[in-house]
Amino acid sequence: MKVKEIVRILDARILCGEDMQEYTVEKAFASDLMSDVLMLADDNVLLITGLVNMQTIRTAEMSDILCVVLARNKKASREMIDLARDGGIILIECRYSVYQTCGLLYREGLKPIF
Amino acid sequence: MRIVVPGRVETHILSGMTERMHFEHNIVGGDFTRAGYASSQVKKALKTLDVDMAIIKRTVVATYEAEVNVVAHACNGMMIVDIDGSTIQVVIQDEGPGIEDVEQAMVEGFSTASSEVREMGFGAGMGLSNMKKNADSLHIESEPGKGTKVEILMALDGREEVRSKK
Amino acid sequence: MTVGDIVQALELTVYCGKKGLERRVTGGYVSDLLSDVMGHADTGQVWVTLQTHKNVMAIASLKDLAAVILVTGHKPDENTAHQSEEEAIPVLGTHMSAFDVTGKLYELINK
Repeated sequence: MKVKEIVRILDARILCGEDMQEYTVEKAFASDLMSDVLMLADDNVLLITGLVNMQTIRTAEMSDILCVVLARNKKASREMIDLARDGGIILIECRYSVYQTCGLLYREGLKPIF
Repeated sequence: MRIVVPGRVETHILSGMTERMHFEHNIVGGDFTRAGYASSQVKKALKTLDVDMAIIKRTVVATYEAEVNVVAHACNGMMIVDIDGSTIQVVIQDEGPGIEDVEQAMVEGFSTASSEVREMGFGAGMGLSNMKKNADSLHIESEPGKGTKVEILMALDGREEVRSKK
Repeated sequence: MTVGDIVQALELTVYCGKKGLERRVTGGYVSDLLSDVMGHADTGQVWVTLQTHKNVMAIASLKDLAAVILVTGHKPDENTAHQSEEEAIPVLGTHMSAFDVTGKLYELINK
């Protein structure tokens, strides 16, 4: 699923990485525990999370996750956006809960990791 | 004697193909906004050396978990990185409470993290086992009340067993 | 829809709290941050998480949630199981990830 489709489905806002909207994620993973995210071995993963702090971006950076959806209408700080941009990470804010974000993307055909 | 400036990268070209790097970064206990900075520098350095992406990911996931542990539990620490033609060695040492029982701490789910740390997205007791999973070799020494030293070794060819260089 | 209907449709394991399988489900909430669930989950929701310690049941009870689904093979610890029985709030389990089980749960509830 392309990033621009994710943005459309979630009626979301891209905070950085606007020029990478053609990037395709293969699978999605939802978690608020970064240790859980750091266990993933897959590539081209979309991370859906309600944990919104610097560690969210650091974890994506270390795990080679290039696209992160911040759910629950949480707002990323300026530092988070700068760090994401520096790491080449597409950062998206959406107003839906993690439940609804997963539900909508799953319904549109995005696959789970396992 | 070799003088190392913390945060600065020192590179020697050894023999055309082989590069050697040494650098050190401070890790400040309790400062979650900075946690991951040192690992990020390791990632950037490994990328400039054209290390295989899968090895980079395993390395930095392990160092990042270790770095977060220092931030979550210790007063302050240091990450010391040595890269030569065949291995990456990362030592993370801290001044902190230490680990009472390393074997028990390795068990998935075991955690002494505060609820604040849990609400930061860490402290679910998966860090040490994840470090073990990702590192080619992991060595932990700890003295309760003094601190902890974690050594992570990675083989650059991705296959060869690495031996501890202690 | 009841918790029992969801158990059947998604082939979930019932670890404990069987008395609560008749509870009515109004929706879902996915979170691993306990303070967030405390603040934002609603009565009758099924809570999807990988947290297993006993505070999970305290919150499920306070927020009057319908059930808890533990993902990726996580099992409730002893205290959690005990409290689940007492509160009659089922703790369910699956090998699916949170995204996977939530996608299926959402389809089921919004059919």
